[in-house]
Amino acid sequence: MGGILVYVLHYEGALNKNSLGAVSEGAKLAGELGVDCDAVVVGGGDLTNELLGTLGSYGAKKVYRAEGAEGLAQPVIDVIDKVIADNGHNYVIFGGGLLGFEIGAGLAARRNAGVTMEVTNVVVEGGKLIAERPILGDSQISRSHYKGDLGIIIGRINAFEVKETGGGAAEVVDVQVDYSPWSNQATMVQRGEQRGADVNIEDADVLVAGGRGLGKAEGFQLCEDLAGVLGGAVAATRAVVDAGWYPYAAQIGQTGKSVAPKLYLAAGISGAIQHKVGMQASEHIVAINKDANAPIFEFSDLGIVGDLNKILPKLTEAVKAKKGG
Amino acid sequence: MKICVLVKEVPDAAVEKRIDPSTGRMDRSGEKNLNPYDTHAIEAAMQLKEGGALQVDEIVAVTMGPESAVRALHKAVSLGADRSIHLTDAALAGSDVAATGYALAKALEKEQPDVVLLGQQSDDGECYTIGAVVAEHLKAPSLTQVIKLDVVDGGLRCERQAEYGYDTVQVSLPAVISVGDAINEPRYPSLKAIMGAKKKPLETASAADAGIDASLVGGDGSRVQCGEFKAPPAKAAGTIIEDEDTDATVEQIVAWLDERKLI
Ligand SMILES: Cc1cc2nc3c(=O)[nH]c(=O)nc-3n(C[C@H](O)[C@H](O)[C@H](O)COP(=O)(O)OP(=O)(O)OC[C@H]3O[C@@H](n4cnc5c(N)ncnc54)[C@H](O)[C@@H]3O)c2cc1C
Ligand SMILES: Nc1ncnc2c1ncn2[C@@H]1O[C@H](COP(=O)(O)O)[C@@H](O)[C@H]1O
Repeated sequence: MGGILVYVLHYEGALNKNSLGAVSEGAKLAGELGVDCDAVVVGGGDLTNELLGTLGSYGAKKVYRAEGAEGLAQPVIDVIDKVIADNGHNYVIFGGGLLGFEIGAGLAARRNAGVTMEVTNVVVEGGKLIAERPILGDSQISRSHYKGDLGIIIGRINAFEVKETGGGAAEVVDVQVDYSPWSNQATMVQRGEQRGADVNIEDADVLVAGGRGLGKAEGFQLCEDLAGVLGGAVAATRAVVDAGWYPYAAQIGQTGKSVAPKLYLAAGISGAIQHKVGMQASEHIVAINKDANAPIFEFSDLGIVGDLNKILPKLTEAVKAKKGG
Repeated sequence: MKICVLVKEVPDAAVEKRIDPSTGRMDRSGEKNLNPYDTHAIEAAMQLKEGGALQVDEIVAVTMGPESAVRALHKAVSLGADRSIHLTDAALAGSDVAATGYALAKALEKEQPDVVLLGQQSDDGECYTIGAVVAEHLKAPSLTQVIKLDVVDGGLRCERQAEYGYDTVQVSLPAVISVGDAINEPRYPSLKAIMGAKKKPLETASAADAGIDASLVGGDGSRVQCGEFKAPPAKAAGTIIEDEDTDATVEQIVAWLDERKLI
């Protein structure tokens, strides 16, 4: 029986944390199924034997390495397609992230396989993997059974814990791939550009986060003021970062940072899943939103239904007074 | 050149979405609307056409769905599409994301578009990935979550946020691009456009018309079988304050924070 293959993303010589989580998860499941867990990487010269060997300590047996373009999905589909054709893996796992979604879905099309995204849990039943995915704003969990001989599992970000199992160095196997013409039709012009100031939000005990409800870039002053008196930093959603209201370095969520401060106060944030995954580990979550049905109220400890323009200035004054007195 | 835009009819955001326990599928009764993310895809198509850097002769809206889905097409046409295609067949019901993407790709194959645009996610399915599936079947390059689209060297220069910051990628045509909601501010349809929408050509295609292999679609053709829905572990409900008197509200917040030693 074929094994489990895990895609490992990397950037500038470092392996992605969510990919390492996926390898750990894949190795655990492979153990239960009695098969091997292997990894696959695509890139350039920074993918050294030494770096890839370290995947063994998370449970990978072999690492398939192909030389190819980085940061694009379709070359990776070509590589994984070849690895599976040659080695007969029955499952492919991704740790989440944008590329994982694109590669996983494209691979499903290429190999007529089943695919499930946003998976938060995988279980073994009757010698097969079942993927569990929260749906409808996390109000239900759907269980995916795979038909056919390939199942693709795309994890939700931070769903799979990174675990070192103390295994020896993984064996690195080079793979030669003829890339599809359409894989060569996309080229990376610039990757990983950091837009805006370099702010530090990861070390803060208190984060005041602002979203589109702030109305305009200047609205962030309300968050800055409150963060100032609380001794914290200011964070943001992707919506406002993409709009250019606040720097990318302050973004929380799937394509931003994951944080777990003592207090996370969200103002004008709807609480989309992709935001939630980056902050749900916070100890205390407070949300201010004028829409009583905003999803963020479903996972906040204290929710205030109201206009942030009225509440934030007064809250800042009240905290200042409290601290002064 | 031709742009095809994929659009979908979804339950209105104000309606609570739920699973129908008898079928195990999404309950699609009730108010429906054009998926809001798809309005950004139509707007992106309009801006490519009006921008003039590409000679766009035609924008075609394409949907797969039950009879009621024609309303999403009317809306798409009122927003600027020139005509539309409705792929509809009982055999397609219950298709998963891979099967849906395959079926849409077959419908698109006939049109031979130079650019396929779609929304970053459907409000109900939330798979984020139809574009990647469609592209693979069409053997075209593809990007999702694009928030800036420019015509450069006869191809598309795309920007988006990926795992490590902003990426800029150049793709040559034909290409499949899913756009994020930060890409543009969709225009409102004019009254005239709304009135005229029903008069624009609308082609209805069955699975056979599109050349779809019936064994690859529908509930049976799908490679994933979803079901056994269960509730997630319950989380203790938080305290909710309705702000009526802001001074009192703020006092309550400060007391709450103080109790937990957060001030
Ligand atoms: C692949 C992918 C990756 C993503 N990555 C991320 C990510 O890393 N981080 C992230 O944050 N998002 C991410 N997103 C986007 C995410 O899905 C949401 O679109 C985004 O989080 C919404 O931001 P928001 O809450 O600021 O805006 P909105 O969803 O527009 O919410 C604004 C809220 O403000 C409220 N409001 C308006 N005015 C007021 C007022 N005066 N007072 C009080 N409340 C008010 C509204 O009721 C609303 O709930 C990603 C999406 C995808 C598909
Ligand atoms: N049945 C459908 N017909 C046409 N387009 C669709 C359909 N389902 C999804 N799409 C398109 O694919 C995008 C992403 O959907 P999803 O992958 O379900 O999140 C949507 O914004 C639509 O543009």
